[in-house]
Amino acid sequence: MGWIGDTLDSVKSIQIRQLLTQAVSLGMIVTSALIIWKGLMCVTGSESPVVVVLSGSMEPGFKRGDILFLHMSKDPIRAGEIVVFNIDGREIPIVHRVIKVHERQDTGEVDVLTKGDNNYGDDRLLYAQGQLYLQRHHIMGRAVGFLPYVGWVTIIMTEKPIIKYILIGALGLLVITSKD
Amino acid sequence: MHSFWYRLNGLLTFSVTILAIMCAIASLSDNLNTPSPSAEIQVMNINWFQKQPQGNDEVSLTMNISADLQSLFTWNTKQLFIFVAAEYETPKNSLNQVSLWDAIIPAKEHAKFWIHTSNKYRFVDQGNYLRGKEFNLTLHWHVMPKTGKMFADKIVLTGYSFPEEYR
Repeated sequence: MGWIGDTLDSVKSIQIRQLLTQAVSLGMIVTSALIIWKGLMCVTGSESPVVVVLSGSMEPGFKRGDILFLHMSKDPIRAGEIVVFNIDGREIPIVHRVIKVHERQDTGEVDVLTKGDNNYGDDRLLYAQGQLYLQRHHIMGRAVGFLPYVGWVTIIMTEKPIIKYILIGALGLLVITSKD
Repeated sequence: MHSFWYRLNGLLTFSVTILAIMCAIASLSDNLNTPSPSAEIQVMNINWFQKQPQGNDEVSLTMNISADLQSLFTWNTKQLFIFVAAEYETPKNSLNQVSLWDAIIPAKEHAKFWIHTSNKYRFVDQGNYLRGKEFNLTLHWHVMPKTGKMFADKIVLTGYSFPEEYR
């Protein structure tokens, strides 16, 4: 009971200046994270420079929960590259390997077929109705490096959003009740 | 400044930083490796060579693939993904790459191998330009590390060609 009284006292004793300083520091942290993210987008040339592997279709190379670093350059897409692409109508990007490339003589445009290493068949089943190949504009980036296990934090927060709310609630409480 | 939470925070930040540095060093150490792989592919037989109803050529072939890729493995290598692709040019396409067979090599002991196999994936052209055409067979490999940067390279073997007529 005494602890509840102390907490209420500390909440009442917050001065406006202190509160504003804390709000500004919080804003600085959020904006610097945003600056780093946007900077990464520029450097790697990809809309999402880091993705989390969500399915087991590339095992044993990439397991669920690994994170992949992407890079998109103007180099042509060649067989064997691991690419991340979006299918029209699906919002989750897919990370698979290119197994077939047809590049046009005249326009230089390219038709690409992909397959997950751990899948039996190619990805035609995943593409949109009637779509046989991917084109360059579907592809968001090539995977160039990876870190194991780090992505589990994102997976847990997406699949059990209650944990996200608990974390943010606890952080907010800490910010309000901290005495410096 | 010396409460439990500050100490825990400091400890966690330090350990995450150290882990990140270790992963970066592990990845950089892969650059020290100078690999010397070798490979040979023989086309034993063209099983059949037909034109599909949609107008695209399709071919089925049997190959002997032998390779020694042991020098590509380092302590930071999780697996090697290899595949054989046929590369050729047609009047319609400046480059066609069709993957015929792939495999995952999980450890150095398995990296020296010999295999007799028909193409795992269907070899279908965009069009019907394959008769009498020359093509290259390329063995590609993709070094997938335990952590860090991935490397890919290939060996190009030339001198293969399709038969002049369908059979």
